[in-house]
Amino acid sequence: MKKINNFCWSALFKVKSHIIKRDELIWWKAWGIRVIAVFLALIVCGIVTVSLTDLNPVEMYITMIEGAIGTSRLAWNLFQNTAILLCVALAVTPAFKMKFWNIGGEGQILIGGFTTAICMIFLGGVIPDGLLIPIMFLASIISGAIWGLIPAIFKTRFNSNETLFTLMMNYVAVQIVAYYTLEWSVPKGSGTPRPLEFGQLPVLFGQKYLINILIVAVITVIVYIYLKYSKQGYEISVVGESEKTARYIGINVGKVVLRTMAISGALCGVAGFLLVAGTDHSLKSDTSGGRGFTAIMVSWLAKFDPIFMILTSLLIVFLQKGASKISEVYRLNSSFSDIITGIIIFFIIGCEFFINYKIKFNKKEANV
Amino acid sequence: MIATIIQRAVMQGTPLLFGSTGEILTEKSGHLNLGIPGIMYVGAISGVAGAFLYEHSGAAFNPFLAVLIPLLCSLVGSVLMGLVYCFLTVTLRANQNVTGLALTTFGIGIGNFFGGSLIKLVDSDVPSIALSKTSNCFKTQLPFADNLGWFGDIFLSYGFLVYVAITVALIASHILNKTRMGLHLRAVGENPETADAAGINVTKYKYLATCIGSAIAGLGGLYYVMDYANGVWSNNGFGDRGWLSIALVIFSVWRPSLSILGSVLFGFLYVIPTYIPDISVSAKKLFEMLPYVVTIIVLIITSMRNKKEHQPPQALGLPYFREER
Repeated sequence: MKKINNFCWSALFKVKSHIIKRDELIWWKAWGIRVIAVFLALIVCGIVTVSLTDLNPVEMYITMIEGAIGTSRLAWNLFQNTAILLCVALAVTPAFKMKFWNIGGEGQILIGGFTTAICMIFLGGVIPDGLLIPIMFLASIISGAIWGLIPAIFKTRFNSNETLFTLMMNYVAVQIVAYYTLEWSVPKGSGTPRPLEFGQLPVLFGQKYLINILIVAVITVIVYIYLKYSKQGYEISVVGESEKTARYIGINVGKVVLRTMAISGALCGVAGFLLVAGTDHSLKSDTSGGRGFTAIMVSWLAKFDPIFMILTSLLIVFLQKGASKISEVYRLNSSFSDIITGIIIFFIIGCEFFINYKIKFNKKEANV
Repeated sequence: MIATIIQRAVMQGTPLLFGSTGEILTEKSGHLNLGIPGIMYVGAISGVAGAFLYEHSGAAFNPFLAVLIPLLCSLVGSVLMGLVYCFLTVTLRANQNVTGLALTTFGIGIGNFFGGSLIKLVDSDVPSIALSKTSNCFKTQLPFADNLGWFGDIFLSYGFLVYVAITVALIASHILNKTRMGLHLRAVGENPETADAAGINVTKYKYLATCIGSAIAGLGGLYYVMDYANGVWSNNGFGDRGWLSIALVIFSVWRPSLSILGSVLFGFLYVIPTYIPDISVSAKKLFEMLPYVVTIIVLIITSMRNKKEHQPPQALGLPYFREER
């Protein structure tokens, strides 16, 4: 029995227990645990907020809801932010399923937005918008894919560490965009980003953001089908589960890695295209706004399922908007939303443990 | 002129040196802690909070306490962040990248939030956080630095944290390469199964390496606010130095002693545009890109040459569950 005690699950907790991996938990139980985790997180967030402001918790959540969907303008804003975040989350998902840690979403978005802006500046007014927009779209896809392919090429050829490589590529992209933002700004060097008049995405039914949301909806369906029903999607899962198995059954792992990273980068590029042409109509070095990183959490929280990703990205954006409303009302710093987001994510990350494992406490008499 | 450039390069490099020494220790235990930028923010803001409360407490100002209180607050703050990371990744076996990124979001949020709201929260009537008294204590130079000309400028003109950074890096280097503890730590990072079989307590080493690493990284944030920025907190002022420290880890091929030189070089790349005459504001941005480009090149070259001693720890980023062998 002493032997089992050595399986102490951590040096920190000298509980006489050990951990067993669970069999697949029934879906409603798994989601039950997640809901409990979110609930606990909301309580902790409530305590944090109440201790910093003098709100009562119920009032606080009402303020949050008001801040997120209080008016139709706010609601549209919420949906469009959700759509963009969802688009980036969908982009990084194929790579993650393959266990290729693409944390370069930020850079790929920026490069996509950058080429979009180039087209808008240099072709805008020269050719009609009807032709310009498809060109912008293509340019963003190609540039995003190239930015994603560079680390993938070195990964497949020399086994460079992709996490570190993609991370560094972010800041190369940030500085390139920062350079051109200043170069293009009017007056030059002032830092006010140049407004891009030509090639803006059309306004549908009087709603500026509707087209963004529709495009992302289409992408969601395509990615869902691609990952779940296509042969290539299956190859991605196999490579992710075990590279050795993949090689054994004749999958060309290098080819799958390159192809998937090109797709991942291209979709990030599309997100950049939507941000520049659809939302902001300008380009700044913080256009991507940390979405490349947030999307990783969104994708992971949804267990790489595109449909659940709609929910998780909505949750994150809702929290951000709601928390920034609270900080606005109480004239606190707007970074309050980052703290709330962080707490919620910690809880959800932590609760996965209880979905995958169960702790068995050793009975007292068994020790004798 | 040259002495000034070197001096400024060292001052720019010191936060990076702290950050990368901390991250190297953590990575040697097999954990890629992407929370380092957040931890550095928390290290900075907890030091600021400690100093702010002390300066405004009305107690008689004691230079020794003025250094000790922010230092301890900073260490506590960053170790707490390290513990959160460790608890989630080691004990609860969560994904390292996701946890790290969440920690960065959280830490930067904490830094900017309390940096922006501290004055309102304690109902103080000062316009902004400027801790000049505390900062002066942190910046105290060696008394004879001014009399030694360029030698004094280059080697002796810094606040004590710069020397702490170099000492910590040298000690870390010694422990990693020359002691049994370092050997065990490296074994955990290279191959936790083998280390476990050899009777090394993997969990203990991971916890220790991550928490000590976080504490060291947090000092980088403290140095930045108290010494480099003269005790003035500005939101996002720390910038992307956290990510630069992670870049420096790769650049110095996981050797703390090399990262001392690396940090000066990165600092040099950072300050060099200010010394080029007639440079435009936008071209500076391209110079800021250089450290990352250099890092990518180092990453590519080391992976091409494929020499064993220049590789990342083999189990870097991989989870270790004893039961799943």
